This record gives sequence, structure tokens and C-alpha cells, in this order.
Amino acid sequence: MSHEELANPELAGVEVVQDSGDLSRSDVILKGALAAGAVYGTFMVGPYVRKALAMSGGSDVDILNFALTLEYLESTFYKEAKTRAKASGELKSLIGLLADDEEQHVEALKATIVKLGGKPVAEPKFDFPYGNTAGFLKLAQTFEDTGVSAYNGAGPMIKSKEVLGAAGSIVQVEARHAAAIRLQNKEEPAPEAFDPSLDEAQVLKAVEPFVA
Amino acid sequence: MPDSNEREKAEAPAQSAVARAVKDPVSRRKFMALTGGSAAAAAFLAACGSDSGTTTTTSTAMNGSSSETAQFGKGDIGILNYALTLEYLETAFYSDVVKSGLFKGADLATIKKFGEEEAEHVSALTAAVKGLGGKPAPEPKTEFPLESAKSVLELAGTVENLGAAAYLGQAGNIQSPEVLASALAIHSVEGRHAAALNTLLGMPITPDGAFAKPATAKEVLKSVEPFIVS
Repeated sequence: MSHEELANPELAGVEVVQDSGDLSRSDVILKGALAAGAVYGTFMVGPYVRKALAMSGGSDVDILNFALTLEYLESTFYKEAKTRAKASGELKSLIGLLADDEEQHVEALKATIVKLGGKPVAEPKFDFPYGNTAGFLKLAQTFEDTGVSAYNGAGPMIKSKEVLGAAGSIVQVEARHAAAIRLQNKEEPAPEAFDPSLDEAQVLKAVEPFVA
Repeated sequence: MPDSNEREKAEAPAQSAVARAVKDPVSRRKFMALTGGSAAAAAFLAACGSDSGTTTTTSTAMNGSSSETAQFGKGDIGILNYALTLEYLETAFYSDVVKSGLFKGADLATIKKFGEEEAEHVSALTAAVKGLGGKPAPEPKTEFPLESAKSVLELAGTVENLGAAAYLGQAGNIQSPEVLASALAIHSVEGRHAAALNTLLGMPITPDGAFAKPATAKEVLKSVEPFIVS
């Protein structure tokens, strides 16, 4: 498939690697989520994530470890962007805020995983394909929309009420980030009345190749 | 903890209900007909799944935690009706603001868009309550102080931030995974609205910091009381 046919070509260029060469299950699901978002649009990420998590066990620790991997990506992305995005003024402060929020999400998720008796997954290395402020903003928008969709997709699988509350509290912040970044891009902050989390037959069929 | 088991039990029929809904052209058509053909509303309804398996599981799995929405109905129906009441309020608010003539241009466009989205939430929640066999809450009569553009935007910000907190406050009380999926899909849109209004107002996009705070139904209903005439 050529890049022109992709819904979000910038997502297709994101690399997720481990120094050891061994990707965790969460890394693999994240790669699939990025691929689903690149090919079909970020609205497909939720259904994909829900299905992929269900197929890999779908315990609360599995879900939290996937969320942690997603937050690793966002946290690294904004930390790097502090210098690499060449931003100034309002956008520069926004990047600082987002970096700080995502870092707090990483720490909170790690602590929750440990509390539940699980082991937090190792942070992968990421490579983000952008060269200027506009490229950064475009990628940031798809990452935030991807994050919202992923959390909303995974939410109904969460067993513990406390974990669900924590995930809800994070996804609302991701949605707020998404709106703020979209405004920077002069896009609708809330393009749809529903941030889709489940969809129709074609959607499930379409993500099949990534879940195999 | 009891919640874990209950949610787990609800999980299996839930997924099969979704699978059935997406595979079964009859129920898809039924969804489309119910929602007047709106794709977004159909997706919402598909997520809400009116199939009996889930409804039975969830109504027996009820516990006391959603008692604070009991005035709106039992269990998930009560929570959906509580959400519906808030969405009615938001829709009426935006409609009054549009009519007030206080806004034009880009700000008016944003207000109209948000109002349309709240109206879609009203339709979807109404259909969801009916899908669970409940009676949708009546539309409240409302009145909002619309003095200046600035005070109206501030009120909009307050209402949206409260709305987002209200959905977050109910997430853990919802028994049906389909209803939860739908509530989450609306919750994040309310969060987007809140952040956009906060941006317009020059306020922090995440006033609670990295973790959004929930609000109880009691807190929310007390806050909106001044705007409800009857």
C-alpha cells in the first residue's frame, strides 16, 4: 500500500524496538495499534486494541502494561520534542505540560502494575519521523487520538473498578491533550460526537491481519 | 473484590453480544432504524447492545454503588438517564447561547458544533435507555444566565468540565461492558469540549493535573440545580 493511500502516513514511520531485540507483547500490540491507525485511521485503534488484548489474555496487568507502553511512547515523544519540535511561545509551554502529564502517567501505571503483583514491561526505544514543528504537531495529534481510542477500546475489558477509575482519569486527560493539540493544528477539537471504541463488522475484519 | 467477578461474568456475553450485533444484519438494520440511520449513533447503539443476555447478567449483578443515580432508574438505566439529563441540559444551554446572538464567527461555529454533538448524545442515550427496556428521563426545563460572551464561555467551561467529571464518576458503577464502552466514548468527547473551552478562556486544559478527578452524581446535580426550572 502506498503512503498516499494511508489514513495517517506519519504513524507508519514510527519505530518501536528493544535493545535486546525481543519485543514484549505490549510492544507488539502497540506496533499493531500504530499500524491500524496508519492504515485505517485512529478510530480503528480502539477495536484493534480490544481484540488484540482479548487474544493475549486481557488481564488487568496485561491491559496496564499495554497502557504503559503507550505512555512510554508519548512521554518520550514530548520529552524529545522539547528541543526537537523547535516550538516557541504557547506551543512550547503546551509541550512542557504534555511531557509532564505523560511522565506522571508512566509512573502511576508502573506503580499500579506492581501493586497488582505484575511486572512493568521494559521501555522500548522509539524513532519518531518528523523534521519540523508542523510535522511534530501532526504526529502529536495522531498519537493523542490514538491514545484516546486505545484507552476507550481497552476500558470495558478492565476487571477492577479501581483500575477502571484510574484508566478513565488518564483517558480524559489524553482527550484534553488531543483537543489542545488539534486547536494548535486549527482542527476541530472534538470532530465526532463519540470517540469510537467499538465498531462494525468491517472494522473487526480490517484489523484481523494485525492481530493474527 | 466483588466487582471483579461481576465484571468478568458480564464480559463473556458482552463480547458475544457485540459479535452477534456486528454479524447479524437484522439487528444492524434494527439499530440503524432506531437511530434514524446516523452512523455514529448506530455505532453507539451497537456498543450498547440491547441483546437480552447482557441485560440479564447486568441487572442481576447490580450492587449498591450506583444507588446515587437510583432516582433516575435502576442500575445502568439510572446511570444512562442521569447522563441523559445532563446532556439535555448541555443541549439546551448551547441552543440558548446560539440564539442569544452573543457570538459570531469561529466561536459561534464551535458552540454550534458542540451543541450538535450534545444533541447526538441525547439521541443515543435515549435509544440506549429504551434498548435496556427503560423509560428515558424527561427533558428538564432550563434557564441559563446569558449576560455577556465572557460569562457565557465561563459557564460553558464549567458545564463541560462538570460533564466530563460526571461521566468519570460513573464509569466504575456501570455493569454492562457495552454501556461502559458507550459512556467512555462520550466521556472523552466531553473532555475534549472542556479542554477546548478552557483554551478559549485562557485556562489550564487539565485543571486537575495529569489525572482527571471524578464527580459524584450528588455533587453534579447540586451544581446544575440553579439551571433547572422544573
